[in-house]
Amino acid sequence: MRVAFGEGLIEIGGENEDLVVLTADVAKPTHVIGFGERFPHRFLNVGIAEQDMVDVAAGLALSEKVPVAVAFAPFMMRAWEQVRSTISRCSLNVKLVGTHAGLSASDEGASHQSLEDVALMRVLPNMTVVVPGDREEVKEATRAIVESRGPAYMRIGRDEDARFLEEGFRLGRAAVLRDGSDVVVFSNGYLTSEVLKAAEGAPVDAMVVHVPTVKPLDAGAVVSAARRAGAVICVEEHSVIGGLGSAVSELLSAECPVYVRRMGVGDTFGESGTYRELLEKHRLTAPHIREAMVKAAGRRGKR
Amino acid sequence: MSSTVELADLKHATDVQKVKERIRNVQRMLVEMTSSMGVHLGSSLSCLEIIATLYFLKMRHTPHRPQWKERDRFILSKGHAAPVLYAVLAEAGYFPKEELRTLKRIDSRLQGHPDLKTPGVDAPSGSLGQGISIGIGMAVAAKMRGSRSRVYVLAGDGECDEGQVWESLMTAAHLRLGNLVLIIDRNGWQLDDRTEEVKRKVPLRSKLESFGWETYSINGHDVEKIVEVLDAAERAEQPVAIIAHTKKGKGISFLEDSNKGHKLKLSEEEYLAAIKELEMKAKCA
Repeated sequence: MRVAFGEGLIEIGGENEDLVVLTADVAKPTHVIGFGERFPHRFLNVGIAEQDMVDVAAGLALSEKVPVAVAFAPFMMRAWEQVRSTISRCSLNVKLVGTHAGLSASDEGASHQSLEDVALMRVLPNMTVVVPGDREEVKEATRAIVESRGPAYMRIGRDEDARFLEEGFRLGRAAVLRDGSDVVVFSNGYLTSEVLKAAEGAPVDAMVVHVPTVKPLDAGAVVSAARRAGAVICVEEHSVIGGLGSAVSELLSAECPVYVRRMGVGDTFGESGTYRELLEKHRLTAPHIREAMVKAAGRRGKR
Repeated sequence: MSSTVELADLKHATDVQKVKERIRNVQRMLVEMTSSMGVHLGSSLSCLEIIATLYFLKMRHTPHRPQWKERDRFILSKGHAAPVLYAVLAEAGYFPKEELRTLKRIDSRLQGHPDLKTPGVDAPSGSLGQGISIGIGMAVAAKMRGSRSRVYVLAGDGECDEGQVWESLMTAAHLRLGNLVLIIDRNGWQLDDRTEEVKRKVPLRSKLESFGWETYSINGHDVEKIVEVLDAAERAEQPVAIIAHTKKGKGISFLEDSNKGHKLKLSEEEYLAAIKELEMKAKCA
């Protein structure tokens, strides 16, 4: 994921003279170092200072540059108030990218895992929030947020490198990856690949909808899928509070009140372990998702 | 040769005189605003001469075209002094002076703290500690464009408690941003008490110097001195910090060097006393 992101930035940087990349002493692990080597005059490493980085980006945007500020997702949250008071309040054209998101910093433990970033960014007016999961999609999403006007936050994982999309990324659009009529699963990030595995061979007919743009949510696609299936599961590598599951629930509670099961990390912090062990512990692997599909299908049409 | 110098001196003296006149206009506008709404009058008055000298004499800017790319930028990092910025912008011609009456009212372009809604405001503020970082972004962008645009940031002394201030001081020095000037309004007060009581700032000058900034210390109410130091700043090859020693509430004796005017609405009696004092001083000028 990080590699694809770094490659994508170089591609876009070659076409867009106004693109400036900033980072906070994580040029190597976030893979923006390639951009820095290629375009040194459009690359700023401000040192271990996320708050400074975010506001330097704001200043660049106020002078018509298109800054992309990149840090580990958990430490981007350190600059949340700067993002709120300066960037989102005035809808500045700043792109924020958090890497090592979700549980993907795995062995580094709770301090380095970010399970709250989608909630924190989603609550901000003017902010676009994107959680791609497919390797090619990361590149396309990077391009899409750079080309769109206004503030955006994209979170990507560390190592997982899935390929599950046939069609390209479109900002604000959900993609139906598998049709089904007993239950629909909305998911994003790497976990969509687990959901697809779960749907194959499940004893119920599950629809799978990948929702890489959490904000603005593709309301039309979400409501129509929920209507068709009659029962909903949301799967994400984030706290069950405030992320995709919350966004879907908020929408459906008004537009199509059906059973919604939110799968993610419960109201708790992470811990050290391998990525697979952590997914397993939080019941975010295909077998657990398949089990949830069966249960949810049983709740179909019941309130 | 000597007559050319004399002419230049005369022009300079006239310019400074004009700035002083306009400062008196702005003082009056501030008192008017404070008669109908609670505002941060004390901390507005402490940095009035600095902001006025920048806008009326020093900065290259075009009030009829606020978005002119090559303009110099000003960031009021101590956003609570918004009223003085608004009054200066109105006096400069960015928007009608009558609009100052709408300060902080519903649907107004003049928000409690600076917002891009206001013509002439270059950066949002209100949450302290962010202005230098924003200024760095602007100064870097100017360098990338090969522009001679300069960036001025005004911060409060209390504001220096914020950690981000010191992050950004390091960044600007590292990048050798000779087109960035920081002015610290050293009025000695912050919300709760005198600055040195809340958290010690001294020795501020040597702190700034050790962070790699070319540092000056001046009387922040002396227009001639402000011009002189801003001229010197233009020759610098590194960022310049100016500690402007000021008095909170400057110009209105019952507020001077006290925390009374941190946020207040003048009573009828106070309003009349303030106007009377300003008129007296104008006559003597």
